[in-house]
Amino acid sequence: MKANKKKTKKETKKMSNKKPEKLIDKKGIRLDGRKLDELRPVKMEVGVLPNADGSAYLEQGKNKVLVGVYGPKEAHPRHIAQQDRAVIQCRYHMAPFSVDERKSPAPSRRDIELSKVVREALEPAVFLEYYPKTSIQVYIEILQADGGTRCAGITTAALALADAGIPMRDLVVACAAGKADGKLIVDLMDTEDKVGDADVPVAFMPNLNAITLLQMDGNLSVDEFNNAVNMAVDGCKQIYALQKEALKSKYVTVEEAEEE
Amino acid sequence: MTDSVVVRVKKKRIAELLESEKRVDERGLTDYREIQIESGVIERAEGSARVHLGKTDVVVGVKIGTGTPFPDVPDKGVLTVNAELVPLASPDFEPGPPGEKAVELARVVDRGIRESKAIDLEKLCVESGKLVFVVFIDVYVLNHDGNLIDASAMAALAALINTKMFKYEVKDGKIVKKPGYTPLPIINYPIAVTFAKIGNKLILDTGLDEEQVMDARLTMTMTKDGNICAIQKGGGSGYFTQEEIVEATKIAQKKTKELRKLVVKS
Repeated sequence: MKANKKKTKKETKKMSNKKPEKLIDKKGIRLDGRKLDELRPVKMEVGVLPNADGSAYLEQGKNKVLVGVYGPKEAHPRHIAQQDRAVIQCRYHMAPFSVDERKSPAPSRRDIELSKVVREALEPAVFLEYYPKTSIQVYIEILQADGGTRCAGITTAALALADAGIPMRDLVVACAAGKADGKLIVDLMDTEDKVGDADVPVAFMPNLNAITLLQMDGNLSVDEFNNAVNMAVDGCKQIYALQKEALKSKYVTVEEAEEE
Repeated sequence: MTDSVVVRVKKKRIAELLESEKRVDERGLTDYREIQIESGVIERAEGSARVHLGKTDVVVGVKIGTGTPFPDVPDKGVLTVNAELVPLASPDFEPGPPGEKAVELARVVDRGIRESKAIDLEKLCVESGKLVFVVFIDVYVLNHDGNLIDASAMAALAALINTKMFKYEVKDGKIVKKPGYTPLPIINYPIAVTFAKIGNKLILDTGLDEEQVMDARLTMTMTKDGNICAIQKGGGSGYFTQEEIVEATKIAQKKTKELRKLVVKS
């Protein structure tokens, strides 16, 4: 653990000193010691906020994400209500202290775009038609950012929606793939995202084989892109298993407590 | 959009037609409407272009300013893209600060130009870390009849190709204009194509009718080498399967080539 911490510090120093020379070493090991197709350690917990109807917390590498869900409830402002379905109001927001240089808490253009694409990634999963004229509020707070926060946000938001008891077709799970030093990698961390050649975030509903978010920036050939999507989908499937586990474990804990 | 009976009737009709590979305006599934590209429409701007895609009408103006570079890239000029959904363009557009649609439009156009490295930003550095040129690309939607992304991306590229920079010299860290102009250093030609999924069909260049009933939208921007440089999925509560995305990349490769010829020629 101690050794680990030291390494992290060194890394951070390296990061701030401009571009690291190599993101991947000769043996195919990445800056944080991962293999090309290895995810960062993921931890999830549901039902973490007492006031929210549903909530979840996730750590993925150094990402720390908290999501609270309220509703379905009366839509505000009223003109956003739809006669035949619920609307999702989604806010993706980064805490000012979540990044190296303080981020203004006012929504940036990036935040506005991400709020939109995250909402559109979640909508296909929810049976919106069950709750006409209402609104489901999804508040995503990035407490600490380390690359791939939109994916982490989606994974966490899906858990929070499920925790709120809102009927869904499947959980939505997200993971990015990309390219660095000419190699395809999965689950990019901050430096790989910034210095690397491409980033392809994907959100996926495994049971329906449905891709609900797909973005890309960088430069990939068509073959590389298709492989990257495959890698991201594989990553999604791994996280999906953990997601289900996290949902179940909430109730397991309650049962055990009752037995005692 | 969802409450109206008209939309539901429209959707049914459009989907039925698509089953037999037909569209409301009798185009093929991957056909574009008539494209008109006119460059240099605004003399005051350093570069400009107006694109008609059927009845969709977008004008893009490029202005060149000066500013300080971002600290992490001190040797590069700055690129900014802004989009205005002007209220006169559609009954659905309202005055006020850009909403999420406008922000998304601007950012998708921006991503295509930035990630394809269309502009040689290093040539826009005057003094490292202190003084660089800023390229302002302003997308102005004048009439909305669907597929704003492709029209805007095309207009932006045409406007960049059309952009002339004044010649200058540096005196005491200040820019002094000299007579004459040089073209903006454009080294790649990104083209965006936007697919709409309706039922299980993928179509290109949606009209407003089709856009209102589509399940999901997918934009792919490709470089002149046929590589992908930007992707955005959006527009509604539908999704794509992996197979559909593979199919889309194939169509996009062909289509972006055709469109690029039109834009670069103009």
